[in-house]
Amino acid sequence: MNRIQNKLQEDKKLLSIYFTAGYPNLDDTINIIQELEKNGVDMIEIGLPFSDPLADGPTIQASSTKALKNGMTSEVLFNQLKDIRKTVNIPLIIMGYFNPILQYGVEAFCKKCQEVGIDGLIIPDLPVDVYHDDYKSTFETYGLINVFLITPQTSDERIQFIDSVSNGFIYMVSSASVTGSQSGFGDENTRYFKRIANMNLQNPQIIGFGISDSKTFTQATEYAQGAIIGSAFIKFLSDHPIDKISKFVTSIR
Amino acid sequence: MNYNVNEKGYYGEFGGAFIPEMLYPNVEELRQKYLSVMAEPDFIKEFNQLLKDYVGRPSPLYYAKRLSKKYNTKIYLKREDLNHTGAHKINNTIGQILMAKRLGKTRIIAETGAGQHGVATATVCALMGLECIVYMGEIDIARQAPNVARMKMLGAKVVPALSGSRTLKDATNEAIRDWINNPVNTHYIIGSAIGPHPYPDMVTRFQSVISEEIKWQLKEQEGTENPDYVVACIGGGSNAAGTYYHFLHEQDVKIIAVEAAGLGVDSGESAATSVLGKEGIIHGCKTLLMQTKDGQITEPYSISAGLDYPGVGPMHAHLAKTGRAEFMAITDDEAMTAGLELCQLEGIIPAIETSHALAIFEQRTFKPDDVIVVSLSGRGDKDLDTYIKYFKL
Ligand SMILES: Cc1ncc(COP(=O)(O)O)c(C=O)c1O
Repeated sequence: MNRIQNKLQEDKKLLSIYFTAGYPNLDDTINIIQELEKNGVDMIEIGLPFSDPLADGPTIQASSTKALKNGMTSEVLFNQLKDIRKTVNIPLIIMGYFNPILQYGVEAFCKKCQEVGIDGLIIPDLPVDVYHDDYKSTFETYGLINVFLITPQTSDERIQFIDSVSNGFIYMVSSASVTGSQSGFGDENTRYFKRIANMNLQNPQIIGFGISDSKTFTQATEYAQGAIIGSAFIKFLSDHPIDKISKFVTSIR
Repeated sequence: MNYNVNEKGYYGEFGGAFIPEMLYPNVEELRQKYLSVMAEPDFIKEFNQLLKDYVGRPSPLYYAKRLSKKYNTKIYLKREDLNHTGAHKINNTIGQILMAKRLGKTRIIAETGAGQHGVATATVCALMGLECIVYMGEIDIARQAPNVARMKMLGAKVVPALSGSRTLKDATNEAIRDWINNPVNTHYIIGSAIGPHPYPDMVTRFQSVISEEIKWQLKEQEGTENPDYVVACIGGGSNAAGTYYHFLHEQDVKIIAVEAAGLGVDSGESAATSVLGKEGIIHGCKTLLMQTKDGQITEPYSISAGLDYPGVGPMHAHLAKTGRAEFMAITDDEAMTAGLELCQLEGIIPAIETSHALAIFEQRTFKPDDVIVVSLSGRGDKDLDTYIKYFKL
């Protein structure tokens, strides 16, 4: 069984952290991952930076620009990760836009992921339909779980379809927005969280976008199995050294 | 060979809708409805009426006598520069604002490079009384100041795009992010034949009035509907798509697409996508795209803001790949010279984008009896600053 699936069987609310590979410095990737695991984070999303991150707000955009300037590429990332499974056990997911993966070659990329021990991918601009028709079997060959997004505007019918194509978890975007642009959750968010929870989907849900502190983490995980923090962690990294990561994680739960 | 879009939204291998899930409901609604809305009699009536009474169509097809004499061939200019707001862009914004109204949208967003599409969008929003927000790269705001002022006078809010190269690509990113943040009440009026399906096809259909008119106008003047060549400059490719549309499947009509070579195709400062680009994904569609080996989109360069885009519409990628169109790349200097020449031979000051299309006559010889229709996509008023600096006027 894939590490993501194992993790999802645990009877606990999962804390997942996103960071941009190559930020703040090119070689921070491994240290950040190890530090996050050491502090009890359940799952990590490693952001593969892209020049034009359409679904991201200013914080992740800026970290991506910096990471690219630092020299991050798919090749560099895979090299950095080559021994990661000697020290790290929690699920690792690469989150990136489709074009860099397409240029690497989708199959070559998947193969490399399997080699270094990546468990899944999140590709926001690879629609579920295209995945289903063109790439599903490749992902499966290399044991990778592909994670799809849903939003408050996604119809029930489409959510059912996404659920049927998923085999890990569903990434619930908390509200209609790019990453990082929430200050808290209101009634509208809660109604949406409840609506999805009541759908009894076969895949558990993890909520992301706009989770920034223990309050929003607690609100989100009341309805979902976990929550993902991205922009707030990137902001933390921009003015704290890596060995202070424990401070961030303990502030969440 | 089919050069139109297929049911899945592809032109050959190019096109599709590579969009984040957040955009799916809006794009899907548009995909399901655009053809039926465009076929409604009252839509057609309103669209045609506005094109006639408000835009001033049909735009003349003008036989450029002195230009033809100089190059010893027969050159017709399709005068999109005479449209209200000064370019072809308004054909599309009229169509899309009517579409937006029928979809019940109340807030309009757009990206703009040269500012022509921004002005055309601000104009139709004023006409319909809808809120308008235009994203424009910070660099373009500086080099197209008159159009920024126009948009403001028309009641639009102009928001600078501060990321990346701060030009058209980045303005488009910002517009897409706005749409993600406002998924219910907002329609995004894309300004070129780019973006996720159905945009390239929808924009092409709204612009196809250009070639529809060329056919009967040429018949009147030359006794034949089909020229030997149709020529247009390509940023994202909307004036080109409209100019080619009704000739795509007429094999005796040759198609020339003119891209901006900037300082030269191999200079590192260029926007000649068909030469420098490789298949990839930009702004939701698979097309030819200027990018690094690692798949990062690179920053194009052209003296003309409207051609300063690292991709081309998927239809044009298909025309390039299949060889249906001949692609030419024109440098800043060649374009500027051709622009000035048109002023002096024909008394028409063209947009710098358009000047690229006019520059092919110095590069390539045509037969004396060849009939060549060039899309005069826009007028040069917005570019006076650039012309003044360049020619030290
Ligand atoms: C006058 C004019 N021509 C051409 C273009 C290029 O756009 P497209 O390739 O979509 O026609 C622009 C874009 O701003 C323009 O203003």
